[in-house]
Amino acid sequence: MSISEGLYKTFIKDDRYKMFLTGLGSTLILSLLAAVIGLAIGVAVCLMKVSNVPSFTVGKRRVRVVRPLAWLANAYIDVIRGTPAVVQLLIIYFIIFARSNLHSIIIAAIAFGINSGAYVAEIIRAGIFSIDPGQTEAGRSLGMSGARTMRFIVLPQAVKNILPALVNEFVVLIKETAIAGYIGISDLTKAAYSIQSLTYDYLYPLVSLAIIYYIIVKSLAVLMGRLEKNLRKSEVR
Amino acid sequence: MITVSGLRKSFGSHEVLKGIDQHVAKGEKIVVIGPSGSGKSTFLRCINLLERPSAGRIVIDGETITDKGVNVNKIREKMGMVFQQFNLFPHMPVVDNITLAPIRVKGVRRDEAEDTAMRLLARVGLIDKRDAYPAQLSGGQKQRIAIARALAMEPEIMLFDEPTSALDPEMVGEVLNVMEDLASSGMTMIVVTHEMRFARGVASRVLFMDEGIIMEEGAPEEIFTAPKNERTRAFLSLVI
Repeated sequence: MSISEGLYKTFIKDDRYKMFLTGLGSTLILSLLAAVIGLAIGVAVCLMKVSNVPSFTVGKRRVRVVRPLAWLANAYIDVIRGTPAVVQLLIIYFIIFARSNLHSIIIAAIAFGINSGAYVAEIIRAGIFSIDPGQTEAGRSLGMSGARTMRFIVLPQAVKNILPALVNEFVVLIKETAIAGYIGISDLTKAAYSIQSLTYDYLYPLVSLAIIYYIIVKSLAVLMGRLEKNLRKSEVR
Repeated sequence: MITVSGLRKSFGSHEVLKGIDQHVAKGEKIVVIGPSGSGKSTFLRCINLLERPSAGRIVIDGETITDKGVNVNKIREKMGMVFQQFNLFPHMPVVDNITLAPIRVKGVRRDEAEDTAMRLLARVGLIDKRDAYPAQLSGGQKQRIAIARALAMEPEIMLFDEPTSALDPEMVGEVLNVMEDLASSGMTMIVVTHEMRFARGVASRVLFMDEGIIMEEGAPEEIFTAPKNERTRAFLSLVI
């Protein structure tokens, strides 16, 4: 099969490019929804986690206190990171939402959001902890409350570390949604697969698929590069 | 003004402060000296509760700040602190470093806070650095800004935690000058330092700390010319 014939069969014949476009739409909507859900969960879980005071001393005894919220947050992060995303997706779709009549894209967005939230929580936490504790001490020594110190001193600095990592997490998320076909969503990957079953050719649909993902991810990477440069600029003048 | 009694502080099983009793009157300039690891910084950090004392009482202006339920933020407003590592806020220009707390904590209007900031910048000799970022400043300049930032909250007491230890030698003088100026203005000061000349010249009282207690205290001329304690003598012979 010649290149032009392969491309013709994959994209042009019977308007198959429309399958790719629909799939691309699903992939992007799913990724965006999941990212928003993941960010919300991530912020909440991170707050739950830092609410933890690992230990303190009473007289000479060292007391360990694990608050229930922090425990829950840690358990969630642990489970999510310790199991494959595709298994999480299947459990959420076929068990937890078995009787629900929500659109499968919404359910998938919830599943991917829950997955991403665990990583987002860790990204935000790492960003906050990367700030020198001296900054917090300086804020507190001026009479500022913990919350104000966080808002005006720690977070504005932490954002510079957090934002690029969040964009990176979004890239990971987009690629991860390639498993959405497992629950019958016609995403980009599923589109390529369907075309393959019509043409009996793996080469052109799958290589095209890889190229499309690559272009999405690469354009995000370029955006991220610009963003990072701007953040650097505001740091050292 | 400050009364400390039976102050103890442990980190895990390691006891750093083993019972400190001390009274500081208004306007006194206390200089704390001693070998590293003697508990000087921990003592200072306990006074504004950056470290929570394990035992003992600290009373400031009649208020027992070590009691449960006291408003820690309110107490810290009375005390400025200057750190060894400056701890300026790198993401904002000098003027915002100085005005942040007055505006956010005391609710001072921005223009008023900036007037105060300019007055303080003039006092530390850095009026032209108003819009500079901390990364553009030398160590000595950073520390003078840090002093101005603390003064902007109009504290009654200033705490200095080795303010010149992270500086290149040629910058120590400019910071000590600002501190001497502050001392002569009547500010109550507690200074942890290794600058013995400053201790001699400015201190109303010198505390020598070692192994978590105050081994010896007295007027600077007593401590430096006729130390009574063997440990004080040994320490001074090493640093002078």
